[in-house]
Amino acid sequence: MLRFIASRLLQGLFVLFALYTITFFLAKAMPGEPFTTEKNLSEESKAYQRALYGLDKPLLHQYLIYPKNIITEGSLAVSTSKGRPVKDIISQSFKVSVVLGLSALGIAICIGVPIGVISAVRRNSWVDWGTMAVAMIGICVPAFTIGPLLQIFIAANLPGIKVAGWGNPQDILLPAITLGLSTAAYLARLTRGGMLEVLSQDFIRTAHAKGIPASKVITRHALRGGILPSVAFIGPAFAALISGSFIVETIFQVPGMGQHFVNAVISRDEFLLLGVALFFGFLIVIMNLAADILTGILDPRVRITGNSSK
Amino acid sequence: MNSNAQDTASTEGQNDYSLLQAERGSSLWRDAWLRMGKNKVAIVSLVVFIITCLLCFGFAWFCKDPIQQNLTNKFAAPSGEHWLGTDAMGRDLFSRILYGGQVSILVGLVATFVAVTIGVTYGAISGFYGARIDAIMMRIVDTLLSIPFLMVVIVLQAVLSEWSTTTSKWIVENWGWNKEFTNRATNVLPLFFALGLFGWLTLARIVRAQVLSLKEREFVEAATSLGLSKLRVLFRHIIPNTLGPTVVYATLTVPGFIMYEATLSYLGLGVESPNSSWGILIKEGANYLETNPQLLILPGILFSLTLFALNFLGDGLRDALDVRASKD
Repeated sequence: MLRFIASRLLQGLFVLFALYTITFFLAKAMPGEPFTTEKNLSEESKAYQRALYGLDKPLLHQYLIYPKNIITEGSLAVSTSKGRPVKDIISQSFKVSVVLGLSALGIAICIGVPIGVISAVRRNSWVDWGTMAVAMIGICVPAFTIGPLLQIFIAANLPGIKVAGWGNPQDILLPAITLGLSTAAYLARLTRGGMLEVLSQDFIRTAHAKGIPASKVITRHALRGGILPSVAFIGPAFAALISGSFIVETIFQVPGMGQHFVNAVISRDEFLLLGVALFFGFLIVIMNLAADILTGILDPRVRITGNSSK
Repeated sequence: MNSNAQDTASTEGQNDYSLLQAERGSSLWRDAWLRMGKNKVAIVSLVVFIITCLLCFGFAWFCKDPIQQNLTNKFAAPSGEHWLGTDAMGRDLFSRILYGGQVSILVGLVATFVAVTIGVTYGAISGFYGARIDAIMMRIVDTLLSIPFLMVVIVLQAVLSEWSTTTSKWIVENWGWNKEFTNRATNVLPLFFALGLFGWLTLARIVRAQVLSLKEREFVEAATSLGLSKLRVLFRHIIPNTLGPTVVYATLTVPGFIMYEATLSYLGLGVESPNSSWGILIKEGANYLETNPQLLILPGILFSLTLFALNFLGDGLRDALDVRASKD
């Protein structure tokens, strides 16, 4: 197991490096300059700024110095558009994003998995068709349609829930629902598929034959295998929640990291861009690793080969 | 006699997929088509999608100009002249939805085409040559799969869209094309590639897995022993046999790409106003939600309906083509 984790971590480092390389060169290829957004700066002060941020150095030097600074000083450089260290910007907004992302994931799991189990058990009944149709709505209606509709119909009618903003605990509710709905739908479909696969196997029939109550067969025997596809999906799902959060943060005015990423692209702020991208990448690597470990715990077959690609 | 053999093949096909394919290559598709015909949801979805396409790509040309503003006639109610009323700039909503559909559907289809071309070739080569090459190629895919897709697409889109503006100007100046048309075309081009370039990864894995098992089969041995070159065996005999899963995956990819297009446009990084796409329309509509909710809801309905249809169609195709996966 330790070897498995170590090899995964090594692969994770490689992923981060690849992400860095891609983002770095794409950021360099972005047209326009970082210092044009403010006032009209003179050529000299622009050159001064470039030198200050180390943007005048040769490309290769810039490419190597950034990761070196991360490793040796733990520094993510300074944002060219905000003039503050990228690390500060990230550490401020990071909590918001993680709270939002995790509560969305929690909502998704709490809704999606039970629905998937129920519709698998009641296969080809109205319950099954109904829930799967609803799940399809969750997949097909984009967050930027659901979000505004929730604002209109829920926030406007329920006291205590604001249309937008961030600060009170109940402010999490609407953005988290908006963000988690499509994930819940995917989870429902995956769980249904996984459960159907397991429910048709022999050991389930054996369990029934032994006289174990049906509810226990499902929760103890079937769910363990049936939930595997969903567990494997949670890592990527978290990634999707993060990328989806750009939109949800805009709709509900949540001060998370997604807005920084979009703003960094628009204002050509490459250090902020790299910082946020790497940080997101880091989170995803960790979540994927957690999902892999969890899969290993649930499914002994994966643990032995140490390879999760099926 | 002939029909008898066919019956045997199709009943056996329910149990033994490989036998069916090995004996009667073409009847897999016939079989799939028959199974598909029984799936009402899939057929309805297909019809809905075809109607949407006909509306967007055919009927739209007879509609009003989607970017013609009329500031004296803002937020008009539906009437004989403007079937669904007008938007905040007095533009005809019906025709904007249809023209927006052109962009959204086209992005979905073309980006999928790009993704399928790359994915099938890459996966097939990886699976066919195996060993070292396979290991390296699949590690690359694994790495890219862990990268936050939407983030890279956003940056790539920022790079490409600037190029598209320059290209548009250049074409208008040098080739004398219609300016509006050129703008509309070049505005969309980067999206095709930004999405397609990163959408092929999962497909590459699926195709690779298929090729790995196909290349051990007798018909490949037969083809090789007839003296065909490796590439010919790969492209003429193996890849056509991976078409089933590819078609299913591609059908399910199209709605994903349509959603990505809408997301990017919503963030202001995709199609730009006054050009129309479903993402743009929903974005514009959200601004007037309290006073004029139809501006969000109408494009939202057609958008969701199309995604609905494509997803159900993909599910239906999967059930029809992949006997093993269908549980009903």
